[in-house]
Amino acid sequence: MNAVDPHLHATRTTCPYCGVGCGVLATPDGNGGAAIAGDPAHPANLGRLCSKGSALGETLSLDERLLHPMMRSDDGEMAQVAWGDALDHVAEGFQKVVAEHGPSAVAFYLSGQLLTEDYYVANKLMKGFLGSANVDTNSRLCMASSVAGHKRAFGADTVPGCYEDLDQADLLVLVGSNAAWCHPVLYQRMLANKQTRGARIVVIDPRRTDTVGDDDLFLGLKPGTDTALFSGLFAYLADNAALDRSYIDEHTSGFDDALVRARTIAGSVVATAKATGLDEIDVATFFQMFKATPRVVTLYSQGVNQSAQGTDKVNAILNCHLATGRIGKPGASPFSLTGQPNAMGGREVGGLANQLAAHMGFTPVDIDRVRRFWKAPHIATHEGLKAVQMFEAIGRGEIRVLWVMGTNPAVSLPDADAVRAALSKLDLFVVSENVRSNDTVNAGAHVLLPALAWGEKSGTVTNSERRVSRQRSFLRAPGEARPDWWALSEVAKRLGYGASFAYTSAAEIFREHAALSAFENNGNRDFDIGGLMKVSDEAFDTMAPVQWPVREGTTKPQARFFADGQFYANDRRARFIAPEAPELRTQVSIERPLRLNTGRVRDQWHTMTRTGLSPRLGQHIPEPFVDIHPDDAAQFGIVDGGHARLTTDYGECVLRVIVSERQQRGMLFAPIHWNDETAGFARVGGLVAPITDPFSGQPENKATPVAIVPAAFTQRGFVLSRIPLEMPFGVQWARVAVTGGVGYLLSDSTDVETWQNWLKPLLGDDAAEYEDVGQGVYRAVSFKDDGIETCLFIGPTEGALSWDAVKELFAAETVSDDQRRTLLSGKSADGAASAGPIVCACFGVGRNTICDAIAAGAGTAAEIGAKLKAGTNCGSCIPELKRLIATSEAEPDQQRKVAAS
Amino acid sequence: MAAARLVDELAKCALGRYAIAVIGDEPRLAYNRVLLSSVLAGEATSQEIELKPAAWWRDRGVTLKYRATATAIDMAAREVTTSTGKHVSFSKLVIATGSSALRLPVPGGDLKGVHVFRDSRDVDLLLELATQRKRVVVVGGGLLGLEAAYGLAKAGADVTLIHLMDRLMERQLDAPAANLLKTLVERKGVRILLNANTARIHGSDCVESVELADGRTLDADAVIFAAGIRPNTSLAKEAEIPVNRGIVVNDQMATGTDDVFALGECAEHRGTCYGLVEPAYEQARVLARHLAGKAAAYTGSVLSTNLKVSGVSVFSAGDFMAGEGSETLLLNDVRRGTYKKLVIADGALTGAVLVGDTQDALWYLELIRSGADISDIRAEMMFGRALAVRAEAA
Repeated sequence: MNAVDPHLHATRTTCPYCGVGCGVLATPDGNGGAAIAGDPAHPANLGRLCSKGSALGETLSLDERLLHPMMRSDDGEMAQVAWGDALDHVAEGFQKVVAEHGPSAVAFYLSGQLLTEDYYVANKLMKGFLGSANVDTNSRLCMASSVAGHKRAFGADTVPGCYEDLDQADLLVLVGSNAAWCHPVLYQRMLANKQTRGARIVVIDPRRTDTVGDDDLFLGLKPGTDTALFSGLFAYLADNAALDRSYIDEHTSGFDDALVRARTIAGSVVATAKATGLDEIDVATFFQMFKATPRVVTLYSQGVNQSAQGTDKVNAILNCHLATGRIGKPGASPFSLTGQPNAMGGREVGGLANQLAAHMGFTPVDIDRVRRFWKAPHIATHEGLKAVQMFEAIGRGEIRVLWVMGTNPAVSLPDADAVRAALSKLDLFVVSENVRSNDTVNAGAHVLLPALAWGEKSGTVTNSERRVSRQRSFLRAPGEARPDWWALSEVAKRLGYGASFAYTSAAEIFREHAALSAFENNGNRDFDIGGLMKVSDEAFDTMAPVQWPVREGTTKPQARFFADGQFYANDRRARFIAPEAPELRTQVSIERPLRLNTGRVRDQWHTMTRTGLSPRLGQHIPEPFVDIHPDDAAQFGIVDGGHARLTTDYGECVLRVIVSERQQRGMLFAPIHWNDETAGFARVGGLVAPITDPFSGQPENKATPVAIVPAAFTQRGFVLSRIPLEMPFGVQWARVAVTGGVGYLLSDSTDVETWQNWLKPLLGDDAAEYEDVGQGVYRAVSFKDDGIETCLFIGPTEGALSWDAVKELFAAETVSDDQRRTLLSGKSADGAASAGPIVCACFGVGRNTICDAIAAGAGTAAEIGAKLKAGTNCGSCIPELKRLIATSEAEPDQQRKVAAS
Repeated sequence: MAAARLVDELAKCALGRYAIAVIGDEPRLAYNRVLLSSVLAGEATSQEIELKPAAWWRDRGVTLKYRATATAIDMAAREVTTSTGKHVSFSKLVIATGSSALRLPVPGGDLKGVHVFRDSRDVDLLLELATQRKRVVVVGGGLLGLEAAYGLAKAGADVTLIHLMDRLMERQLDAPAANLLKTLVERKGVRILLNANTARIHGSDCVESVELADGRTLDADAVIFAAGIRPNTSLAKEAEIPVNRGIVVNDQMATGTDDVFALGECAEHRGTCYGLVEPAYEQARVLARHLAGKAAAYTGSVLSTNLKVSGVSVFSAGDFMAGEGSETLLLNDVRRGTYKKLVIADGALTGAVLVGDTQDALWYLELIRSGADISDIRAEMMFGRALAVRAEAA
């Protein structure tokens, strides 16, 4: 591990969020925090960071950290234990269950947050030594369909292109990707290309997201019909002499069957329009653009992957690129945008149940090769259970021991209520975590192991373009937190495998991993970093970001694959795949008349354990919501700004409503982030159907049949507190990080008295209260040392207050007498207008401030940027800035009311 | 004070129409009686509380007769006799004799060392007590008693205030306001006993202790009665001007006798004797207009108290106890010393109590008096006019 630099110099590391893998310069402040900047030298981002990355410095607090091993004692409470005791207990549990029920009764559930080295050791222990391939990961929810699609088409899980292709393409097709919010730095690269080189952008998505620019072609297709669109495109390319015949003939197979199938699915523009619900003219325009533009990159993400036909969707896209030979060439490639910082690293080590290791699978040859390399006594000989099936097996009692690392399956998996119930049945349930409490920990974990967090751990990650970067530590390991690879190795030693797990550093593990990638490779496997297998500890510490392959003995970098037509199937040819006709596996009905799409918001990440700590990031969208089209809203009696209850066959949620024409009819959208730690009744994973893709095992997270009814609340309010609090039962709440503490946004139908009773024990000696019982208004603040300690504002739903002014005073160390005088009004005493909800998270610029600038004449996003800096860093708020300009032109007087809502 | 205001108002609307003579028994120019406790507390000098300088009176053609108690009215001769033996004739007579402090009829009530607190002469007496660090018992937890107690304490006396009721200023404040006031006054060094009924005052020739009805005894060197006032009506009564509790006046402040008017604390209008300065000022305005020959009518005052009590700002007005059918807004901040209560009925502000922070008192009073619809500012009005006006404009 790196020693922490005592001089507090900037450390080069990598962002822990999405798969873009941006370089970060972290300069510790010596007090546990750090200043964060983009690393100008990192090729993924060249110095740019998005809102989430920029706010990393706000997420380093140790307040909610798990700092010591803990075990559930006989009375059911978690108690601190020594590492040795915890590890003994874990090892015994694994040993006992393997002995009694065989290796298939144990499993690891890992995470794209893990470093490659942690992943490698986990995979090796389970697959080589415990003898089970029950190693799966939250990457299953993210890009497993891309992996399966790649393997079917290329014979290997290879991303053919690189980020420079986004700079060099003339046409960028985004399929099922809200890159503006989910991969902002790459999206800015695409926009730069659009602005400087005139690249066209096509966005294919059932939702009109912020990724759709004014002059882009937007294809708002029906959910699940991507395969029809790309089948139609395939047929169109064939019919319009746009094929690369020689490439097809020399380097591929299966073309004819695939084309026949494409024609059956959507043989013409008309048929495509019909199958996808799109206008013929839009379909024709897209086809024409694709045909006429040799340099085209098709980028796809969760909209493609998270589907029961995700693998077919991927192959339908790959077919079009193979058929035109637009693969692995500058500015021309299919491109899978991965969600996680190290999803790619996980794929490299084999951290998925249907991979063995180092891009090798479960063929006898591969199994034998890995067995020999690892000197593995009990190597797994067949695939293990993929995530959804793994948790179903837990529910059935077939898997009895589970070790979860760095992920929150009780929130993120589909049918999450069933997952939570399954977890409570385990004989041994181990969780390696950063936080003391999350939905998974609280689902009955027996052992908690304190893991190092970002900034403390050290190793490598691989981004979407196959670039291996170092994540370096710049903070001391807090408490007794240790690297995951260390905990795994300690358990391995206790199981008698000490010799094979005698690791003393991440560098040592990396060298072994690199050696395995090169072991008997001879160019037959895409993943090969043999050139790094002898890297010294020092060289590992200073290793610059490097793209694989890095074959031993070659010095020439290779940014792309397959332009030469050499694929990784035995015959070295790519495969055209004939996809199934698109058809969602579920039906809407009178009881479940709509479909629920799920996804992310701009400023939160996964289950919010990290981004949820940042006040800045909490301001953009502070509470969980559901988007609904105005016509659907009218039909189901749903009101904008009100609440609605969503019910599926699996669960229920109550969410705040946003009525928006950006949503298509028949579809709802709800974000995945909120959970029982951060909100009441908003764990959207509990709604999602556990239906999976037959090839990738990836669940269909975006089309669950759902019912929606209004959920009326009479009161609305908020709480600000220095420490997390438990809300009264039955209250709809969402927790948000605020400067100096936590905030809760509340909706409820209880009465003032309930709140007064709830608050009473928190009020202390120095408190101020305001009540208007007739209006159901109650507000109270308790003070400590002239600063606000806790406050509660509750009142009728109509006329609800903005909390901006109070938050500002809460953040201040002391409240002056003048401020205290008007504090309970909830309005700012100085008369200055509230900045409103934050639009630009990077510079903290609020909607009201922006609207004022627009009213004062700023007519473009650039002018707003020049005035307020908004949108000039990561740029992910620029679409919103443009929308604000558009709305203020349309209805200038309405703007402030919107802002105040 | 009522007389000074009347002169002021008259000068504005009918300067020169009357030759005015003002007769007063105190040996000085009219002063702001409300501020007597400030003088006692050393927060103002005796001169500073003078309402108007001598020149002001002179400029308005007023003849001032100090140290002269009006002793009789001769309606037939149309003249007033004074204690100095002078006769002042009049065509119109205004009685503004105010009120006197009540002395409780308890045994020992006439002992040496038992005082009242009413005029500037009392201040000098009390100051002397304070300088000698005497133990003083103030009887009466109304405005006057609190003022006296605060002034004495501030000036150095050891003060205990005893009050018959279970809360201070029960006619102006509700229980929470009175409690807060008690806390704040106690912080200023005044001991306060509630539910304390004075039974007798002990002492051989001078006050030695005060005995309460429940048997408690308080050692004391002096006792100040501040337990109520009585309108000074004897002059009128003797002149056979109709008197009830006070001198009965109509809406033009006219008494039952032609050309005789009354105003201020000695007057009784529609059955009410006011004990506060604000109604006296309103009455003065009406009477001045009437004497100037203009139409004017006094229809009664919305009772309000807007004072610094013992250094604590206190305001109350209207239906501050919140009668049936009304709703209440409350703001309580003990550390800041603030209690505010606004009473709303039928969409209008009908009452208010403020302790500690009375910045917006006059605005509330205006709202109470005008009966304006406050629905649009209900959410903000507690926090002051500035905020509410901003909200209304938005």
